[in-house]
Amino acid sequence: MKLTINGEDHYTDISVLSDLLASLEYEGEWLATAVNGELVHREDRSDFTLCDRDRIEILSPMQGG
Amino acid sequence: MLELYGHVVASRLLLGTARYPSPAILAEAVRASKTDIVTVSLRREMAGSRAGGAFFQLIRTLGVRVLPNTAGCHTVAEAVLTAKMAREVFATDWIKLEVIGNHDTLQPDVFALVEAARILSGEGFKVFPYTTDDLVVAERLMEAGCQVLMPWCAPIGSAMGPVNLPALRSLRAQFPDIPLIVDAGIGRPSHAAIVMEIGYDAVLLNTAVAGAADPAAMAAAFTGAIEAGRIAFRAGMLEPRDMAVPSTPVIGKAVFS
Repeated sequence: MKLTINGEDHYTDISVLSDLLASLEYEGEWLATAVNGELVHREDRSDFTLCDRDRIEILSPMQGG
Repeated sequence: MLELYGHVVASRLLLGTARYPSPAILAEAVRASKTDIVTVSLRREMAGSRAGGAFFQLIRTLGVRVLPNTAGCHTVAEAVLTAKMAREVFATDWIKLEVIGNHDTLQPDVFALVEAARILSGEGFKVFPYTTDDLVVAERLMEAGCQVLMPWCAPIGSAMGPVNLPALRSLRAQFPDIPLIVDAGIGRPSHAAIVMEIGYDAVLLNTAVAGAADPAAMAAAFTGAIEAGRIAFRAGMLEPRDMAVPSTPVIGKAVFS
C-alpha cells in the first residue's frame, strides 16, 4: 500500500504503525506520531492498523523560539 | 515572584533555543541567563536520524522547564495537532500557541489564535498565546481560557524593540492581574528594560541572544536589564516633564552680586 510519511511517498506491506516505525529505524521516546491529522499516542502504535493512502507525520524535538 | 498557571518562577526571562551557533553555546547561554523556562519546537524527523533525541537529551540536562511552541502553524487544525504532539513528547500541558497569519511579518492570525486557544484550553492545555498588542483580542483570549498573554512588541526577529508603547501600556492597565510577557521583537537589553519598566511581568526572546557575537554574555546582559526594569517599576519612576527642575535646592544659595 501507499503511505505518505512526513510528506514523502512510501510503499510498504507493513500495516502496523509501530512495526513501520521500527522498519524505518524511527526509535526513541521523543517521537510523536499522527495519522491523517490525528495524534496516535505512543502506547497505541502497536494496535494502530494503517490503510492505503494514510498520511503519517513523525515529529521530534528541535530548537524553537 | 512570577506565577504562571500556578507554577512559580524566579527568572523573568524566557529564552528561545533556536539559532545558536552550537548546542554547547546554547547550553552556555541558558545557564548564563538563569532562566527557568526555555521554548522548544517539533519538526519532522528523518528516518534513522537521532537529531531530535540529541536535542531532547540536551534540554533535559539543563534543568529547565520547557514551553513547546506551535511555530510554523498557519491553521487551527495544525496548531491543535502540533500542541497535542508536543504534549506527548515533552510531557507538559504548557503550549506557546502560535498561529501565523502573514508570511512576511509573521503576524499572528488572531482569529485562528482565539479559536485554537479555546479548543486547547478545553482540552486541558495551559495556553501561552503569541498575540498582537490588540486589546480586544486579548480579552477574547482570556475568555477562551488563557491566563497568560504574550503580546509582541515588534515582528519576530526584527530587533526593533517596542514600537507601540501606548498599546502595551493599555494592555497592562486593562489587565493588572494577568501575567503579561512580551514575546518577539526585542533586540537589545534596553528594549527589555523598557517593557519591564512599564510593568510587564516577563520577556520572551531568542534571536537577540542567539544572534549575538557572544550569546552567553548577551543572555547575562538581558537578565540584568530585565531585573533592573522590574526593580525600577516597583520603585516608582519619575514621569517626564517639559521644563527643567533643579535637583540642587536653591534655598540658601549664595548671592555674589
